[in-house]
Order: sequence, then structure tokens, then C-alpha cells
Amino acid sequence: MSSQDTAPPEPEISHDDDLFKPGHRACAGCGPALAMRYITEATGENTIISHATGCMEVVSSPYPESSWDVSWIHDVFANAPGVASGVEAAYRAFDEKEGFEEFEDHDDVNFVAIGGDGATFDIGMRSLSGMMERGHDVLYIAYDNEGYMNTGIQRSSSTPFGASTTTSPAGSESFGNDTQKKNMPAIAADHGCEYVATASIAYPTDFKRKIEKALEHDGAKYIQVSAPCMLGWDFDSAETVNVAKLAVQTGMQPLFEIVDGELSDVMSLSDRKPVEEYLETQGRFAHLFSKEGGDEVIEEIQEHIDEQAEELGLDR
Amino acid sequence: MGEQTMLKGDRAVAHSVLSAQPDVVSAYPITPQTGIVEKLSEMDANGDLRGQFLKVDSEFNAASSCIGASGAGARVFSATSSQGLKLMSEPLFTASGMRLPLVLAVANRSLSGPLSIWNDHTDAFAERDGGMIQFFAEDVQEAVDNILMAYRVAEDPEISLPALANLDGYILTHVKEPVEVPTEEETAEYLPKRDPHATLDPKDPKTMGAFARPEHWTETRFAVHDALLRSKETIGDAVEEFADQFGRDYGLEWGGLLETYGPEDAEIALLGLGSIVGTMRDVADDHPASVKVVKPRVIRPYPEEALREALAGVESVGVLTKEVSPGHQGTLAAELKSALYGSGHNPAIHSSVLGLAGRDVTKGDISDIIDEIVDATTAGPSTGVISEEDWPQLKRDMLPDEVTH
Ligand SMILES: Cc1ncc(C[n+]2csc(CCOP(=O)(O)OP(=O)(O)O)c2C)c(N)n1
Ligand code: SF4
Repeated sequence: MSSQDTAPPEPEISHDDDLFKPGHRACAGCGPALAMRYITEATGENTIISHATGCMEVVSSPYPESSWDVSWIHDVFANAPGVASGVEAAYRAFDEKEGFEEFEDHDDVNFVAIGGDGATFDIGMRSLSGMMERGHDVLYIAYDNEGYMNTGIQRSSSTPFGASTTTSPAGSESFGNDTQKKNMPAIAADHGCEYVATASIAYPTDFKRKIEKALEHDGAKYIQVSAPCMLGWDFDSAETVNVAKLAVQTGMQPLFEIVDGELSDVMSLSDRKPVEEYLETQGRFAHLFSKEGGDEVIEEIQEHIDEQAEELGLDR
Repeated sequence: MGEQTMLKGDRAVAHSVLSAQPDVVSAYPITPQTGIVEKLSEMDANGDLRGQFLKVDSEFNAASSCIGASGAGARVFSATSSQGLKLMSEPLFTASGMRLPLVLAVANRSLSGPLSIWNDHTDAFAERDGGMIQFFAEDVQEAVDNILMAYRVAEDPEISLPALANLDGYILTHVKEPVEVPTEEETAEYLPKRDPHATLDPKDPKTMGAFARPEHWTETRFAVHDALLRSKETIGDAVEEFADQFGRDYGLEWGGLLETYGPEDAEIALLGLGSIVGTMRDVADDHPASVKVVKPRVIRPYPEEALREALAGVESVGVLTKEVSPGHQGTLAAELKSALYGSGHNPAIHSSVLGLAGRDVTKGDISDIIDEIVDATTAGPSTGVISEEDWPQLKRDMLPDEVTH
């Protein structure tokens, strides 16, 4: 073989136009990092992002480097929606006052706030509630990796029933987390958000379409994107998209939209898979398969999914 | 020059804020600050406040939205007190690190518990190390004027820091005094439009509030420290130009950082913050001993050199302070000691913690403190020994036995 044959091929993918650049410090196979890319692809460059503390913030902004090629601000864990409210209000004020001609028009800017499930479901709930209630023209995107990953895989109120985390460990007396995932989309819809949706990184076209659709609405809107964490969920880093897909196909992660308070466009399943197929892919559920009584917990999880599927009309 | 009108302190402050035409006001009610927010709401309802008024869910998000708006380049305002300031504390500490100018009126009030809505300086001192400029006002006029000076300094691109304009809850917020409120035109002349050095502009993307590792964090903190130190000069300029335009002098002689009152060569000095100073002036006038009053206008930046100079000739200093750092002492006295250490001048320092949570400080209280200082001084020349901390208003008989035995 000549040396020419072994030379590495020219890279075919250029990242010049990426607004969320590679080189960030996320784990290989990080689901949320994919979400960040899809978000920026859908929102484009006329975007200002307010970001909560968490994995995606930490891995993307190690000073003096930054993965962000859009305007981006991080303040603290609990206040991304509050900060976004202020940014949006500032642009509204600039539009209505004289002497701010150098600023973009409010209508032309996409105001986006991003937080993990912890930032969204738990500590930042008040901030998000206020932002939604006041109807700020902000799209809030929760990337849902079902735990506090940045601080070392603790449970959040998005962690599924039966998952082992460092603060809900499986033990001789425990099957892991003993609460059901908080229903954030319903909470967002009840706030009067015109547009609410769930999405998955396994279905990027659907996710990006939902972002674009959300941005057409004035006022607050909420999207929750299922984004597996290979480290926290304990699966091989090559399996991220497969795990995310199984979450959808088992009904563990239903995909739907709520427009003007009405459930619409549920991604229905013709052949919903049993939840075991999903659970067995991840170390966080391993105890359910090895421990006596684990099968009953799996049954409970399945029942919960079935109830949800019934409510959503998930099965075709 | 504007006309004098009788106005309640909270209303007067709101007028001052209105004259600066902030782009975003975001606030949450808490006694005794509420009147400021209510008045601004009314101004907004009547179309006089041309910015956005955010009726937020909490002080936490009042501060957060001010941070976002300031990041976008807006002039912002909020007001709070006590627990509200505590709830703002987490985001406020980041505002200095992010070098975002904010102006907050703080109607000073004690912190729970037990719950008390009345005045002291516990809330302001609890934010002492947050990298914020902290002004204190003696009367309503100064509270009004400090708002404008706070904007001047906070928004100076060389400084770019949050600023708290403190005014004593009730004592200043709920009292009617004759004040001159600046008009929008006057303020526009004094306070230029904000020229933000870093903004969230989609055309020129920036990352704000990045994650800094140990190799960079120290420098961020130093930059805040350095800006606060440099802000002394900016405050001096702001006070000087304010005097030129509005005719009111706030310690020009001391670079605008403090004011002194009484005989220059007095043997005794009284040091205090805020509204208590008015009473201190009265008592100093009446007291047979030679007493001067020293009133810091800011606690951050700390006016160390000005204090050393203002206290140069005195034998004793009575520090009257409405806060305490439990387990240590009144912070105002502790900091004064640190300012004098190494200066070669060691006046005796009598620190009195008083006026906590609205306990009235009377002329009699202050006169007694001077008498005590006189007695200690005549007992012998100052040995440079710092006297013990005293709580002159403490009613020991109300304490349970196990505390006092
Ligand atoms: C007030 C406060 N409490 C706790 C923390 C510590 N903390 C930082 S990130 C984080 C968890 C973030 O979880 P999530 O929002 O789900 O995002 P993820 O890390 O999973 O991406 C926690 C607990 C903090 N920064 N601030
Ligand atoms: S811990 Fe999880 S969420 Fe965090 S970077 Fe790694 S894979 Fe992504």
C-alpha cells in the first residue's frame, strides 16, 4: 500500500456555520449536546440565549473559550427564565423608545431560555412560572436528561420511578427513585402558553420543526426535549440515539404538542414496545432485573405508561 | 433649579428614578420599600415611565430580569428591603462579576428572625461583600440625589457595577420632607444615556457569564475589587458635577465619600450612617464637649483614606451602628479599626450597636454615649486601647437567665 492510500481522508463536514461549535467538553455521546446543536440550527443566528447552570452551560463556556456563536448569557441555576424576561423586556423597551436605533427589532430576535430538568422542574420553577405567566416572548427549552448530571447524577423531579441515582440509590430497602416524573408540559400549558411540546433528540427533524413552530407564536412557549445522558443513565456512548428512540417507542417519552391548551399532533405508536426493552438498555434500571421484586416495579412503570398512553391516545 | 415640594421619601425616590427614565423596572413589593414600586407603577400606568415595568413573581426574579436587561444594554431599576434583598443576593453577587450596572433603592430594614419590618442596616451589610457600590442617605433629599449619582457611577463604562442606594426604612421612606425632585431634562444633562460596553446583540455574539476555572477566576474578582477602588474617584467626579448643576454639596471636600460636621479640631468624633446622622448633628451642637460628626456616604468602596484624614486629630471615636456581625462586633467599627491600623494614629474606639430593628435612637442615647466617651478620655490619655463593644439600648433584664449569668 502506498503512503497515499493511508493518508486520512479530507474532512467532509465543515463546522464553520455551526452556531453551537464542536470542541465543547460534553461527554462523548451526550444527548443534551445534540439538543444544543439542533436548537441553534432551528433558531438561527438572530437569537439570544439565556442559559441555566448545568451540564450544557458548564461544558460550553469554559472561559476564555465558548461554543456559542449566538449571543448567550448564563447567570445562576434558578433564573434563566428571569434573565430571559429581562433581555426580552429590554428589546421591547428599545423598540418603543427613541434613541435605540442600533438595536435589532424585538420582533426579529428569537429569545430563548435553556435549562436542564433540574433547572426547570425544580429550582427554577418559580422563575419559569413567572416568565410564562407574564407572557414574555421567550421560548423555554428544557433538555430533559432526567437528573442533576452536572453535580454527579442526583435525582430531580423529572427522574423516572425506579431509576437509581446517587440520591435515590437502589439498596436493600429501595428500588431507586420513588416518585413519578413531574408533568411539566401540563404545568406549562396550564400557565396559558400557546405552544407546548415534547420532543426527542432521536427525532431531530420533528424537534427542529417544533422549535420553528414555537417561535411563530408571540408570548411564552415551552418545549421539553428528551436527551439521554450516557453517564447518568449508564449506557454505551454509541447508543444515545437508540436509547432515546426506545424511550419514544415504549411510550416512556410520548411526543406531542399542546396548542392553545388543546392536545394536538400526538406522535402515535402502531406497535408500542414493552418498557423492559427500554429499561434493560440502562444501568440505572439494572437493579430492577436483578433484585427480587424488581419485576413488580417494572410492572408499575408499565402501568403508569399505559395510563399515560390512554390519556394521550398514543396507540394507533 | 427645581422647586421644593413636600413629598414622602418613597414617592420622592420614585420621582428621581422617573427622571432617569430607566428602560426596564422590575420589582416586587416589600415593606417599607413598597411605596417606591407603587409610585413607579402609577407612573407607568399614566404613561410617564416609558420603559417596561415587570411585575415579577419575586425579588429573585426582579434581580434576575434586571441582570438580563442590563446585559442587553438597558438602564434598569429595582427596589427592595430586607428579606427581598436576601432573595436577590444570589443573582446580585453575579452582577458585579459580570460587570453589569444595576441601580437598586434599598429601604433598609432588619432581617428575620424574629420578623421585624423596621429599620436597621443588617440587610445592607449582609450584601457587603458582593462587589456592589453602596450609598447611604441621611435625608430624603440625599436619597433622591443618590439615585442619580448611583446611575452615574454604576453605568460609567470604566466602573460598570451594581449600586445600592440605601435609605432608612420608615425614617426616610415614610417621612414627608421638602425636596427638590430633578426633572427629566435636568437629569438628562447630568446623566448621559447609558453606553454599554458589552451587550447581548445578535449581530455581535458574545458569551456572558461564562464558567471560569481557577486559572481565571481570581482575575475576575480582582477586576471587581479594582473597579470598586477606582469608583472612589468616579464618585468624587459625580458629586462635584452634581454640586455644579444642582447646587447641593455632598462632601466635596472629602471627594464625595463622606461628610463632616462640627469643629475641625474636635477631640471626639461620632461616626454613623444614614438618618441617625441628623440626630448626631443636633446632639453634637448641644453637647458641651467638642464633638464632630463623620458621616460616610458609601461603605463600598470603603472610604479608608478619607476616614483617616477626617479623624486625624481626634482622641476618641464613637461609632454608632445599626448592625452587628454576630460573634464579632459592629462591622462599621471593625472596619474603622482596620482603616486606622498602621496609620500611626490610634484613637480609642467606642462602638455602640443600637437602633436595631426600629428601636428609636434618641438624642439622649447619643448624648449618653458622648458622656461615656468624655469620662473615659478624662480618666487618662488615650492608650490606643480599643474599648469593648457596647449595646447601650440592650435591656438585660429581658434576657433569660441562662444568657446573662
Ligand atoms: C442554588 C444552587 N444550588 C445548587 C447548585 C448546584 N448545581 C449546579 S448544576 C446542578 C444540577 C443541574 O441539573 P439539571 O438542571 O438537570 O442540568 P444537568 O446538569 O443535568 O445538565 C446543581 C444541583 C447551584 N449551582 N446553585
Ligand atoms: S454527564 Fe450526561 S449530560 Fe452531562 S455532559 Fe455527560 S452525557 Fe452530557
